[in-house]
Amino acid sequence: MDRRKFLIGGAALGCSAAASPFVTPVAMAAAPWDARLVVIILRGAMDGVDVIQPYGDPALAELRPTLVTGKAADLDGFYALHPAFEPLRPLWNAGEFGAVQAVSTPYRDKRSHFDGQDILEAGLPDLSGGGLRDGWLNRMLQVVPGLEPEVAFAIGREQMLVLSGDAPASRWSPDARLSISPNARALLSVVHHDDPLFRDASEDAIAIAEQISLQADLAQETETMMAESPMMEAVSRGGEHVKIAEFAASRMRADTRIVSFSINGWDTHAHQSNGMKNGARALTDTILTLKAGLGAAWDKTAVLCLTEFGRTARENGSGGTDHGTGGAMLYAGGALRGGQVVGEWPGLGESDLYAGRDLLPTRDVRAHVAWVMRGLIGLDQAVLEQAIFPGLELGPNPGLVR
Amino acid sequence: MPFDPTIAAIRFGIGLSPTIAAPSSVADMLARLTGPDTIAAEVPIPTYTDVYPSPLDYRQATRALTQARGTDGEDAADEHRRQVRQDGTDAMLSFVKADLIRAAYTEDGFRERLVRFWADHFTARPTKGIDRHLISPYIEEAIRPYVAGNFADMLIAVVGSPMMIWFLDQHQSMGPNSQAARGGNKGLNENLARELLELHTLGVGGGYQPSDVRALAELLTGVSASAQDGGYFRPSHAEPGPELVLGVEYGGGEASIEDVNAGLRGLAMHPDTARHLARKLVTHFVGPSPSLTLVDAMAARYLQDGGALFGMYEVLLEHEDAWNSVARNVKQPFDFIVSSMRALGVERDEISNAENVAIRRYIHRPMTVMGQTWQRPVGPDGWPEEEENWITPQGMAGRITWSMQVPQNLLDHLPDPRAFVYTALGPTPPEAVLFAANAAETVSDGVGLVLASAAFQRR
Repeated sequence: MDRRKFLIGGAALGCSAAASPFVTPVAMAAAPWDARLVVIILRGAMDGVDVIQPYGDPALAELRPTLVTGKAADLDGFYALHPAFEPLRPLWNAGEFGAVQAVSTPYRDKRSHFDGQDILEAGLPDLSGGGLRDGWLNRMLQVVPGLEPEVAFAIGREQMLVLSGDAPASRWSPDARLSISPNARALLSVVHHDDPLFRDASEDAIAIAEQISLQADLAQETETMMAESPMMEAVSRGGEHVKIAEFAASRMRADTRIVSFSINGWDTHAHQSNGMKNGARALTDTILTLKAGLGAAWDKTAVLCLTEFGRTARENGSGGTDHGTGGAMLYAGGALRGGQVVGEWPGLGESDLYAGRDLLPTRDVRAHVAWVMRGLIGLDQAVLEQAIFPGLELGPNPGLVR
Repeated sequence: MPFDPTIAAIRFGIGLSPTIAAPSSVADMLARLTGPDTIAAEVPIPTYTDVYPSPLDYRQATRALTQARGTDGEDAADEHRRQVRQDGTDAMLSFVKADLIRAAYTEDGFRERLVRFWADHFTARPTKGIDRHLISPYIEEAIRPYVAGNFADMLIAVVGSPMMIWFLDQHQSMGPNSQAARGGNKGLNENLARELLELHTLGVGGGYQPSDVRALAELLTGVSASAQDGGYFRPSHAEPGPELVLGVEYGGGEASIEDVNAGLRGLAMHPDTARHLARKLVTHFVGPSPSLTLVDAMAARYLQDGGALFGMYEVLLEHEDAWNSVARNVKQPFDFIVSSMRALGVERDEISNAENVAIRRYIHRPMTVMGQTWQRPVGPDGWPEEEENWITPQGMAGRITWSMQVPQNLLDHLPDPRAFVYTALGPTPPEAVLFAANAAETVSDGVGLVLASAAFQRR
């Protein structure tokens, strides 16, 4: 297959709202399944104990004198939802939003964002392999037969390790456009002939740009769906994260089955209440936009929100929390069984904490991701434990998939 | 030694220029670096200490407005505060222009590259909108004077800078047993300590433990910053007692910035720091997977010279890897743009008289599309080095579009592509680029093809 052909991913142009803000490939192979998987990386380490507050644990209020305000409303008699996440309450009630508590990747002790994110996106137990540049979503593309790689793409300006690797997945962002004359285009391929990196990137750029005029309907349709959805009243308009969610929803109504992007800003060392408000706004906007934009396809969708690690159980001196270990995975989507907080709660008592400071992870978060992939796509246990998440023991089914 | 002037200008400088000669030898490069910083004197950028508007200027304007509320002076105070804010925006723009002119016209390109390398190593980001223009003054104060000096001095200047202190929350930190913490529930913030070990000194693979992070955080307590005083030391916030960092005890007597600085000097002279810095330098200037013998030689020289950076540079430039004819790195977006402007010979006045809208249209926005937002890397680890991060379909679209469209807006007359290919790439350009420059339909396409070529984009 022509590499150029399947490298074409989504593209986005930040022009007027009336014109298509996004670009997609014209021809896309059907994936061998109907389910949609959205992986959102929450960079900076989200404080899971603040988002899904275990108010039933007597130690919580003592550890977090200012973060626990009493304003979080009950979810299930033990956990309460941070008020900034209330826009997701209707989804919780409908069984379309839930959480897994006290989980983490196998990463321990150094608590570095960069290592933590690498391990999360690589899906490996540690970085001992060195020089690692291969993400678990990409490995899935490589091992699942019948899956055409062009259905995967990353949006945004950042490198997404989770989708990096030998299976091609492409990346484009708002504001990008290409301006080159046909003659210069031909000469450029001569100039780059012997440098594969430049040659491929230039050819892909040209190919993506060529699709721009060919596609406007999907984005137009999404605009209409957004305008008609009452849920969107809670969503702040105009943010880049909303544009990305709209774009992702458009694509997933068509042939795209896997999307990954990140939401930054969770590193709340100080004044966590502000940081949490901003992060929650971006994440709840994104999830609500996905639901509105996916329409009927929402019922077949799983959204997993993963973060590199949790934060300290105790709040620090500046109204924030520092890098910790165990945290929460949030999830949403009609394909998942929401309205529940899954996971074994280890407790916040002095002797319960990991290293005397962090929430103890009671399960590997990769197991939950793997079970979702198994339930949604029917992947083999061996493929999950060996190729996609090497070293993982799948363990019992946590029951996230409907 | 296989020194090559073209490689020296492109790989270790900004690039070739039609009017400024390439370096003639390693000794020439090093002599310029140790000589006076002439381009900075010619095209000044104020230091953080001297900059207008400062955070204090803005605070005073805000206070004046608060006091004038409801009085006849309210409109004037409001207008004054608005003006201070506007002055900050204008200042930032003038600093961008100064950076462009310095890069396009310096005869000491290695110094400019080192300034950017170390500014990236010590990435700080503005934490408030009114601080947006203060990154260049931070670099001018804490980085630039030290690039050919001693690493510990730079480290101490950075840790004392309000921009780094605010960026990594150090002003929020206080010793759990300090005078200030008594009665309140305030405490330690480990952010700066962690990044100092992980990014700035030993590196994430370095031999330190979580207990070292905490001890360093406690040693750093007292380091703070304010609009009024800049970076300063507050003994009331310092954790009492000595701290054991990497096996060395610091402090214990009356709390003092001297203890902090002694700790920083200790970090600077750690063998893991030497290797971390050497590896980063080689990766940045020469390419990925640096040769271990080169890294070890640079690290050894650094330790032998008591943390002086100059010797490391000398070892690097005298090593054959530095002059390998294969260019394995790509220019980051800012470097691509300034090297283009340098090769095109864009007039100084054209840059200094540029309107805000032109800077946004030709510099800021294209850089963002190419993946590099002006002075705003995503995290404290700065910009990535790997070529795959930059040469993506989108990044390439940005580079091609800039090459084809922007030069004609910067020059009255574009150069003849048949000559420009030599100006930009030196005496032996690749055959394919030579062919394309001659075969292009228009002058702007010809110039654009040279700039968009891998030969120009690599270094």
